[in-house]
Amino acid sequence: MRSQRETWGATLVELAETNGDILVLDGDLANSTKADLFAEAHPARFIELGIAEQAMVGVAAGLASLGFVPWLSSFAVFLTHRSLDQIRLLVAQPGANVKIGAAYAGLLTGLTGKTHQDVQDLAIMRAMPGMTVLAPGDDIECAAMVRWATDIDGPVYLRLTRDPTPRLFDDTYEFAPGRVHRLREGRDAVLVSTGPQTSRCLAAASILATGGIDAGVVHIPSIKPVDGGAILTAARAVDLVVTVEEHSVIGGLGGLVAETVAVAGHGRLVRIGLEDCWGESAPNAFLLDRHGLSPERIADRVRRELGGSGRVASSTDEHNRGGDQ
Amino acid sequence: MTGVVVGDGEIGPDADLATRARYGRWLVVRTVASSGAGHIGGPLSAMDLWVALYFRVLNIRPADPAWPHRDRFILSKGHSAIGLYAVMAQRGYFPVDELATFDRGDSRLQGHPDMTCLPGLDASTGSLGQGLAVGVGIALGARLRGLPFRTWVMLGDGECQEGMVWEATLAASRLGLENLMAIVDVNGLQQYGLPKVLEASRGDRREPWPGDQLRRVFQSFDWRVLDVDGHDFDSILAACDIARDGKSAGRPTVILARTIKGRGLSFMEGRHAWHARIPTPDEVEQARLELGIDESGRPA
Ligand SMILES: Cc1ncc(C[n+]2csc(CCOP(=O)(O)OP(=O)(O)O)c2C)c(N)n1
Ligand SMILES: [Mg+2]
Repeated sequence: MRSQRETWGATLVELAETNGDILVLDGDLANSTKADLFAEAHPARFIELGIAEQAMVGVAAGLASLGFVPWLSSFAVFLTHRSLDQIRLLVAQPGANVKIGAAYAGLLTGLTGKTHQDVQDLAIMRAMPGMTVLAPGDDIECAAMVRWATDIDGPVYLRLTRDPTPRLFDDTYEFAPGRVHRLREGRDAVLVSTGPQTSRCLAAASILATGGIDAGVVHIPSIKPVDGGAILTAARAVDLVVTVEEHSVIGGLGGLVAETVAVAGHGRLVRIGLEDCWGESAPNAFLLDRHGLSPERIADRVRRELGGSGRVASSTDEHNRGGDQ
Repeated sequence: MTGVVVGDGEIGPDADLATRARYGRWLVVRTVASSGAGHIGGPLSAMDLWVALYFRVLNIRPADPAWPHRDRFILSKGHSAIGLYAVMAQRGYFPVDELATFDRGDSRLQGHPDMTCLPGLDASTGSLGQGLAVGVGIALGARLRGLPFRTWVMLGDGECQEGMVWEATLAASRLGLENLMAIVDVNGLQQYGLPKVLEASRGDRREPWPGDQLRRVFQSFDWRVLDVDGHDFDSILAACDIARDGKSAGRPTVILARTIKGRGLSFMEGRHAWHARIPTPDEVEQARLELGIDESGRPA
């Protein structure tokens, strides 16, 4: 277990050993985002812009025009919300080679509360033409994404979380944009998730299995671009598709999957996430429980959607029936 | 932690400002330690300012927090919420015991001030740089409605790096809002500053604004600027009197309060690491002794 923010900082330190164009621009949060690892290792290529996120985005766009590869360091909210117009006009529209390291994204921000919980970033960023939107599930995937994003030319939004995340992948992992990962097969339902929420979905699938419900898990780390065909294949194999995300149910992963299956004229979809509401400052377990994102709550919800607790007894029948393809 | 009672009540109506500030600092340390969250250096640097404002300056009615004629107070540096709560509790907005709910979920005491949760807050803040503009709107609204109350906004010195602060500063002087008062907690530190290898000047980090640059910027925007020692009640109260004297010739007033981040605790003062660190039980005990708090959790 390593946090994504530490992985992000450490990977940039390593990449900058051989790539002299990498810069880290910070909005006075380096010791939170772990850009401080970079600052101490490569002080001349660490630019502290102070508490001035909007200007920071502009400065990054300018630097990118000279061939630098600027990575931004701030909390996701202060980038996707405070600096949205700058990201839109100065980065996405011209296709500037700026990499957005959006730390403390989602609900689990270390008790800071609704002001700091970015639960709209995926919706905002995926609606932005020209933006690549990535949400790693663990530290291995995170490191691979940092490498890939640094190498390609064009704007990338990297959704990073605060706390250590359980491992999903091993060292053989290779990142491919758009790729959808089927981490667990299941015939009754499929849980579709992104970021570290995928681990909680795997735990939910295990809980469901003990009750005789066979739920698959699909991980979508590349929100944009995305392999829509792979989403459809997974959705068509089951009666119930459940998206689960540390994000509003509007416009993020739930929106992505809803659009994909609706356009293809398929299926029954349930979206788990923040029900068009704000978060609050509270411990992680409290927040995950409150918003239906803990493994237990996800399992409850799937059981309910499949017809209540009586469902456990009839699971064999469901298995025999299979999907609706 | 050595048998300190958590959850004691008031310290009596006659406590002097210095005692209130000591108690307030203790409530901050104790609450942050037990919640395992919250900022600490900034609340301690601003504590004397809040105590002066809430007990001597602001025209408020804690039992009637929505009183239309109340002076308004906006904590633009919203990350220091726990310090404001520690003073509001002493002033009677809510029981001191309620501090124990800070950051615990379903609490009125959110990590950053949330006006939809706690009566007595005049703005929701937490994204730095936004409070002064709200103050401009309130002060302008008061003038348009012919209401005589005053509007106070507290900012951090790091916060003043936000462009929106200066958009609001310009608007306030353009609009001639002499009923608007800003107080900047000039503690000389922000969250990170610069890596140690590069620079250090005040405390163990670089200051958000070099020299008297911050004063010069406010002056050039045609604000009346007052300098105070932010840990000296006489100095603070004298400046607040001037700020309210109605003789600024149409200018808004800013009080630049020179303070020390982590003020009152030897191991925190001037250290950037204490921006938002959680004290250990040993540190809490040391804080108790340094602040002169007895074992029952009250100022000795
Ligand atoms: C727009 C925005 N950017 C960044 C932050 C994160 N942040 C919280 S406190 C802080 C430092 C504030 O420094 P200062 O204003 O000097 O406050 P103080 O020293 O009084 O704590 C930062 C960068 C934030 N809350 N809002
Ligand atoms: Mg400061």
